[in-house]
Parts: sequence; C-alpha cells; structure tokens
Amino acid sequence: MNTMTLDAGNAAPAATGQLEQDTVDTNTKVSETVGQPLCDDAKLSMRNVNVFYGETQAIHDVSLDIGRNEVVAMIGPSGCGKSTFLRCINRMNDTIEGCRVDGDLTLDGEPIYGPKVDVVPLRARVGMVFQKPNPFPKTIYENVAYGPKIHGIASRRAELDEIVENSLRRAGLWNEVKDRLDKPGTGLSGGQQQRLCIARAIAVSPEVILMDEPCSALDPIATARIEELIDELRENYTIAIVTHSMQQAARVSQRTAYFHLGHLVEVNDTETVFTNPQHELTEAYITGRFG
Amino acid sequence: MEMHFDQHISRQFNEDLESLKSEMLEMGGMVTRQVAEAVESLANADSELAEKVLRVEKEIDRREMDLDEHATLIIAKRQPAASDLRMVMSVIRIARDLERVGDEAAKIAKMAIALTEEGTAPRGYTEIRHIANAVRKMLNDSLDAFTRFDVKAALDTLAEDEQVDMDYRTALREMITFMMEDPRSISRVMNVLWSLRSLERIGDHAKNICEQVVYLVEGADIRHGHEDNLKKV
Repeated sequence: MNTMTLDAGNAAPAATGQLEQDTVDTNTKVSETVGQPLCDDAKLSMRNVNVFYGETQAIHDVSLDIGRNEVVAMIGPSGCGKSTFLRCINRMNDTIEGCRVDGDLTLDGEPIYGPKVDVVPLRARVGMVFQKPNPFPKTIYENVAYGPKIHGIASRRAELDEIVENSLRRAGLWNEVKDRLDKPGTGLSGGQQQRLCIARAIAVSPEVILMDEPCSALDPIATARIEELIDELRENYTIAIVTHSMQQAARVSQRTAYFHLGHLVEVNDTETVFTNPQHELTEAYITGRFG
Repeated sequence: MEMHFDQHISRQFNEDLESLKSEMLEMGGMVTRQVAEAVESLANADSELAEKVLRVEKEIDRREMDLDEHATLIIAKRQPAASDLRMVMSVIRIARDLERVGDEAAKIAKMAIALTEEGTAPRGYTEIRHIANAVRKMLNDSLDAFTRFDVKAALDTLAEDEQVDMDYRTALREMITFMMEDPRSISRVMNVLWSLRSLERIGDHAKNICEQVVYLVEGADIRHGHEDNLKKV
C-alpha cells in the first residue's frame, strides 16, 4: 500500500473514497494524497494548489479542506512547503515578489484569490500568529485595540475597552496584564508576548486563525498555555497550525497533514497519523527514521 | 508497511528498541523452558526439577519488571510514535503475558511436588502431555511470529487455541469420570486437573501474544474477538 512514489497519481485509498466522492465535484482529483484530505463541513477549501517562487515550484497540486471548528496540524521537514501553504490561506505570499499561487482556494465558498477580493478584510477574517512574537512597539492596550480601530469594528473608548479586555481574557493574559495595559507590549515575557499576539489576532473577530510555529520560541510552560488556548479557541474558530513539534500536533489537532517536498503526502485523523500512519514517508518522519 | 527498527536517525534509539525486543525474546525463551520443565517434572515425578522451576520463576518476575522499566524509559525519553510506539506497547503487554505463563508453569511445578509426595502416579498424564505439547508449540510459534513480524503465522497460531480449549474440556470430562469411578483418587486427580487448567491458560496467553503481533505489524487491535478490526486497516 505504501510503496508508492510521490509521482503515483492514483493512490487515494478505498477507505476514503466515499467521502471524496460525496463532497467533491468530479473534476477535482486528489492526486497522491493518502487518507482524508477533504471533509464534509469545510470552512476552508483548497483545491489543486500550486505555488511557484519564480521558476521553482514549492507546492505541487495540494488539495485540503479545513473543517469548521477544527484544528488541522501541518507537519513536515524544513522546506516541505507547509508554511508556504499556510500563507496562501490569507494571501501572505502576495507580499513576496515572484511568488505565484494557482488553484481554487475558498473561504465559506467564496474565493480567496480573485480580482475583486480585498486582502485587508480577508486578513481580518483570517488572522495569523507567527513563530516569533511580534507585538507592535506600542502599549499592551494599543496592540489589541489597533486592529478593531483600523477595521472600523469599534471606535468609542468603551467599546474598545470591552474588546481589549475580552480578547486578553480569551488569550489567557488578562490577569497578568490588567494593571499595566499602558506599558509597552515588548516588555512582556516571550510567552506573554505570544499570547498578546493571539489576543491581537482575535480582537478583530476572525473566523480562521493561522499559526506558524507559534510555540517554537517558548518554554514548556508558555507552550502548554498556548496549547490549552488553542483548544479553547477551537469552539469559535477554525485553526490551521504549522508545527515542528510532533507531540504538539498530536496534542492540539483533530487532523494532521504531512507535507514532503511540496507534496501533501497524507492527511488523516491525528490519532491514526501518530499510531498507524498509512504512508511510509509519514511513518519515517514521525518516528525519526531516514526517509 | 515493512517493519524496520534500525533506521532511526538516532542510533541510540535503534539500540534502545533492539535491546527491548531482545530482552523480551530472552524472557520468552526462559518462560518456554519453564513450561517444558514444569510438565517434565510432573510427568516424571521429578520434584528436584519442579523446585528448579520455582526458583527460576522469581527471575522471570524480575525480568518483567526490568522490561517495564526499560519501556517506560523509552516512552519518557523518545516519545515513540507509530510502529515504534506499537513496538513498545506490544512488548509491555507480551511481557505481562509471559510473566503469567511463568506463574502457570510454577503452579504446575507445585502440583508436581504435591503429586510426588503422594507417590502413586494418577491417571490423566496422557491428557497433560497432549495439551502440553499443543500449548508449548503455540507459545513457541507466537514468539517466532513476533520475531519475524509474521501476521499470517500469528493468526494461524491464534486459531490453534480453539482446539486446545476443546481438548481441555474433553480432558475435564474424563477427569470427572475418574473421580466418580474412584472417589479416593479425588485429591490426586484434582492436582492433575489444576495442571490441565494451567496449560489451557498458557494457550490463552500464547493467543494474546499473537494478537500483539497483529497489533505491532498492522496497528489493528483484535483482542476480545475484534478480528474484524484487521479488515479496517
């Protein structure tokens, strides 16, 4: 079953055939990915995505759904394209010169790429948290209030106060910072800064949160807090997280996607991926073997 | 998927898993010998051999504890996943079954001592020999299937348990007949009966080991009659 090469185009296993048949129109083929890349209740739907940096192709024909209130973890070795793929979702790749994205990407069925799409409201709907906490060089309060202000979500001080408090509470930071909201965000510890960035992301009421290795610069305690937070956020948001920590993927996600050299090799229930992966490349990666 | 436990980037991890596996197989070898010697001591009324079985039993208990500790350390240090995780889990479970086989062998040895003290050879030895041969083969084959990651051999061996259970029930009926014919033999025949019971249990443990081979290789948990889980993989 798993001896296929990356070029084999007919490897969708029988077990998942049913789901794909039911939910995908017939012109869509999920080439080479084993497992369950698609789902019934998709918030985000990506089909046949190819990404090029100039002449170099970074993503090869990737199709993946991310369900409502689902956490999907993307794992894979450095340079496998998982971050590139994540950044397609809120068009962060637009800022990179020479980067070209092909394929159908939709959010609630509406195209993400298209001449009429304004990226500013898109990025308010699809928030992002980066590897290194990057608070603005402003006060803690301003860091959270900035988004709602520029997006016109709130202008009066009382409304902003409420949004700031709510966001900081949901990010699990309120109790630690409520007495120093006027102090610079950059003065917080790394873990606090990252939670501030999460508060900043949720302040504009996004529907999707993208996280690109959000804990790689944090200690285990701060990491545990963020992971706890991800689980709470799932009630209201759809989350895609790129992580180098396999244990983290196993802990926080419902489905796990394994990328390898720009190909999406396997997507399955996280439980399956970590106990009995279907593809030998996934197995080799998560068990630390030579792939 | 082929099973390789020697291709980790960490050489130390290869060695940890390899030694876990070989420690378990070594324990398996000891336990298999224990069963053979316990049955031998019973058949030949050899109380000296039976005493030896009881001594070695303590060593087997210690090995189970060592294996558990070793497996716990691997989990703590390596957080194994996929086939590595299944390897560690199956070794822990098999070690537990092997320890219990050891317990059953010790029970048989105790019966041997009791029967030797009573003198006269009671009836029922033919049945013991017959079932003992069957379960020893099962135990050997189950460990062999583990060594070779051979699911088919494991399933074949597993199926043999049904015959053992049937033979056990037949022997049980015969023993009851003996006791009814000659009530003076009751205490002796009871000892034989307990030994038969122990052998039947050893068959069950061998079956459990086979189930772990299937889990290790295919990732399917077929315990407690869930063999259909194998089809889902």
